[in-house]
Amino acid sequence: MHGLINRSLQNFVQDVYGPEVWTDVVARAELEFDEFEAMLTYDDDLSFSVLQATCDQLSKPREVLLEDLGTYLVTHPNTWRIRRLLRFGGADLIDFLLSLDDLADRARLAVPDLVLPQIHVISGAGDGARYILRCEEVGSGMEYIALGCLRAMADDYGALAMAQLMDPLDDADTSPRIEVTLLSTKFAAGNRFELTGEVH
Amino acid sequence: MSGVKLGAGALDTLLPMHLRFDDRGIVRHLGPGLARLAGKRKIVGQPVLDAFQWTRPSGIDTLQTLLSVAGQRLRLNFRAGRRVRLRGIVQPMEQGAGGIIDLALDLSELRDLGGAPLTRRDFSPTDPTVDILYLIEANNAAMAASRRLIDRLQGAKCQAETQAFTDMLTGLSNRRALDRVLDRLVESGEPFSLTHVDLDFFKKVNDTLGHAAGDYVLTVAATRLRDATRQTDTVARVGGDEFVVLFRGLTDPNTLNIIAGRIISSLEQPVNFEGKTCTISASLGTAISTHYSSPDVDRMMADADAALYTAKRAGRGQYRIAAPDTLQDSAGNDDRPALSRSDDAAARP
Repeated sequence: MHGLINRSLQNFVQDVYGPEVWTDVVARAELEFDEFEAMLTYDDDLSFSVLQATCDQLSKPREVLLEDLGTYLVTHPNTWRIRRLLRFGGADLIDFLLSLDDLADRARLAVPDLVLPQIHVISGAGDGARYILRCEEVGSGMEYIALGCLRAMADDYGALAMAQLMDPLDDADTSPRIEVTLLSTKFAAGNRFELTGEVH
Repeated sequence: MSGVKLGAGALDTLLPMHLRFDDRGIVRHLGPGLARLAGKRKIVGQPVLDAFQWTRPSGIDTLQTLLSVAGQRLRLNFRAGRRVRLRGIVQPMEQGAGGIIDLALDLSELRDLGGAPLTRRDFSPTDPTVDILYLIEANNAAMAASRRLIDRLQGAKCQAETQAFTDMLTGLSNRRALDRVLDRLVESGEPFSLTHVDLDFFKKVNDTLGHAAGDYVLTVAATRLRDATRQTDTVARVGGDEFVVLFRGLTDPNTLNIIAGRIISSLEQPVNFEGKTCTISASLGTAISTHYSSPDVDRMMADADAALYTAKRAGRGQYRIAAPDTLQDSAGNDDRPALSRSDDAAARP
């Protein structure tokens, strides 16, 4: 798994739970290094064992931890770059949801060896307030990160939306799906987003 | 020829960054994106030729010349306020009714969008400007991460290099570092002296008080050696209780003897380790590069070594300088003249 993903987990643990908890995770996972390098790639098994060690260390179910990680990626001050790159996806939440089709390609434009799961966005019929995001990756738990990100992005846009995981279609298609129901695109002011010129 | 009929707002939707001017060249309308980019600049009602500076093609100074470059790539900038650079294309309207210019920010202005509070909605969905901004920002983020990696690798490399040339116990140079400095000195022809320092009674400290005491004595001895020498000199630990000092540019035997005496008395100061007193001394042997027609590192090392053992045989806490006239002889000649520790002239041959 790409170092950026591993490093996100590390930063999440350090920023939210403290550096000493990350030290414990490193020991629990028996890592031979202290820090992930964002620009290197790591073995998937290694990534998953660190994830498991983090869940064990914090006594949290994997789904909950990953959703918290998704929220962190959008809302924490240290991850402002990720929030900004996501906001480039669209002017409002609908625009943003529709842009998720291109998310994997856009990520690859930025970092050629970063592989994110392909997401397919299916607009709901009728009032156009219902969207289904199909995540073309089974078993990694990426859909929980996406769920956390989505809920946080809805807040960031000032929209009122509900996002939840759907049951699998059938045994033949177990791709995780997220259902987003948009109640209001202008529920709150949302956070500012300037195309350029944000000083950090 | 049949024209295309569009509603009044159609151009604003299709080309948010366009402007229209009339048959006299007066600007009549700005698209919403261009209006926002122009900000406080007064452009509507102005002659289009005055509102902008026209860089390319050259020679645009009348309405006729402007209309004559229809279809070509225009380079221009605002005349008022910040001279935001733009590119554009002009198209005359039919029947001499003026024309339309569509504009875009020059690449160099994308960093801050010409200083205007433009949003995604100010650009047409087909305009890749916002995507370029995304790419610039994503690229910056990736570069920042890469730079952090490079910095860390660079730090690790420096540390590894330092470790490779450092004696880890005492922090002095090690043999490898010494060889490097020696090679450089010999190559440059800079005069220098090379002194072997061998601790006396160190084994006793190790045997009676243990290795921890021994290690401590070594670190103290290292500090004292450094204090007794100059910044430009090299002090290296080359064996358990053996050190080599390189004195750069120092070849005067009298000065070397004074320094040798100082080193020995400094090393003879008792060392306190966990309430116990450790006492050591040292024997020194020195070779001086100017005593050789062409200094050879191995030869000088061997001669300094021989001088050291002469000093040792003379009793502990002594120093000797390998004498020039015996250098071509085999080492170990007890009769050869050597400068003794004592400043008493009678003790000298």
